Amino acid sequence: MHEIGIMSSAMDSVLAQARANSASRVHRIVLRIGTLSGVDPDALRFAFDVVAQGTPAEGASLEIETVQARARCPDCDLEFGVASGFIFTCPKCERLCSELRQGRELELARIEIS
Amino acid sequence: MPPETDAEESPSFQIRPMSPPPAAQDPKGSLRSLELKASLLDKNDRLAERNRRYFRSRGLLALNLVSSPGAGKTTLLERTLDEFGLQVRCAVLVGDLETDNDARRLHRPHAPVAQITTGEACHLEADMVARGVEAIDLAGVKVLFIENVGNLVCPASFDLGEEVRVVLLSCTEGEDKPLKYPPIFKSAHVVLLTKVDAAAVLGFDVEVASRNIQRIAPQARLIRLSARSGEGMSEWYELIRSLGPKAI
Ligand SMILES: Nc1nc2c(ncn2[C@@H]2O[C@H](COP(=O)(O)OP(=O)(O)OP(=O)(O)O)[C@@H](O)[C@H]2O)c(=O)[nH]1
Ligand SMILES: [Mg+2]
Ligand SMILES: [Zn+2]
Repeated sequence: MHEIGIMSSAMDSVLAQARANSASRVHRIVLRIGTLSGVDPDALRFAFDVVAQGTPAEGASLEIETVQARARCPDCDLEFGVASGFIFTCPKCERLCSELRQGRELELARIEIS
Repeated sequence: MPPETDAEESPSFQIRPMSPPPAAQDPKGSLRSLELKASLLDKNDRLAERNRRYFRSRGLLALNLVSSPGAGKTTLLERTLDEFGLQVRCAVLVGDLETDNDARRLHRPHAPVAQITTGEACHLEADMVARGVEAIDLAGVKVLFIENVGNLVCPASFDLGEEVRVVLLSCTEGEDKPLKYPPIFKSAHVVLLTKVDAAAVLGFDVEVASRNIQRIAPQARLIRLSARSGEGMSEWYELIRSLGPKAI
C-alpha cells in the first residue's frame, strides 16, 4: 500500500502552503484522482486520517474527485470515455485505443485554510 | 507490506463517514481557498525525469521490470545476462523488500549488480534508483535492467526514469489478470507472457491471455517466452536491441 507515502508527501505540501499563507488550520483538502492512477481512494482516506493526526489538518474534510479515464482514437480522432472497464474501443470505428487523454491524475487540487 | 494477492478481498481498513466540513463553524469568516493543482507525485516525477536525462546522456537503455511476486523476473534476467549480456554490457538494479537473494542470483563477473532493499516500500521510487545507480560501475554499460519489487499495483504510479516499462505475466497466474490490474498494463511498453513452457500442464490458455493483454494494452509489444526452455528469448533480445541506442 503506497497510499501512506503518497498522502504524507501530499500533507507536506498542504502544510507548507498553510504555513506560507500564515494559516493555523486546514479545513478542506480536495484531491483529483484518476481511475487509472493506480491509487485506491479508500486507502487514501485511511492514510489521510493517519498522517493528518496532530497537524493543523487534523479533522479537515478530505474530498476526492474521481477523474474517469478518457481515450482518443488515433484513426478518427474521437475522444471518448468509458463507463466501466478499461478496454477502450472507439465507439465509431471499433478500434482498440491506448492513448489516454485523462485518467492518470494524482493531483492536489485545492485547499481551504484559515 | 504484504505482497499483492489475487483474491478480491475486502480492504483491511475501515471506511469512516467524513466529519462535516468545519468551514461552517469558522467564526471569523477568514476562510481562504487556494487552487494548487499540484501533482501528488511531483517529487518522484522530477527525480524520475532527472534519471531519464542521465540515462539518455549516457546512451543507456533503462528497462523497468514489473510483475506479481514470482512471475519470473530474476530468472529472465539470469538467462538474459548469460546470453545477451555476453554481447552487450548490461547492469542490474534489483529491488526487494528485505533479502539480497535476487542480487546474489544475478551476480556475474561481466555484469554489475546492485541490490536496493526497500524495507517498508512495496515498490521502487526514482530516488532509490538514483542512489542504486551510484553504487554500480556504469562504464561501458548499454542496458540497465531494473527489477522492481514483486507487486502489480504500487509500481504503476512510480516513474523511475526508465525508457521502457516491461510488465511480466506468468502462465501460473490467471489469464484475466490484465483486466484486474489495468493501470500497470496500460502503462506497459512491453508485456512478456512468461513460463510458457508450463502453460499446457497448468491448463493456462495462452491465446485467451494474449487477447486480454492486447485488449487492455494495445500499445504494448507482446512476447511469449520461457526463460527455462528458451522459447521467445531471441525475440526478447531483438526487442532490446531495437529499443536501445544505435550502438547496441
Ligand atoms: N516453468 C518455468 N518456471 C519458471 C520460469 N521462470 C521462472 N520460473 C520459476 O518461477 C519461480 C519464481 O521465479 P523468479 O525468477 O524468482 O521470479 P521473480 O519475479 O524474480 O520473483 P520475485 O522477485 O520474488 O518477485 C522460480 O521457482 C523459477 O524457477 C520459466 O520460464 N518456466
Ligand atoms: Mg526476483
Ligand atoms: Zn475511431
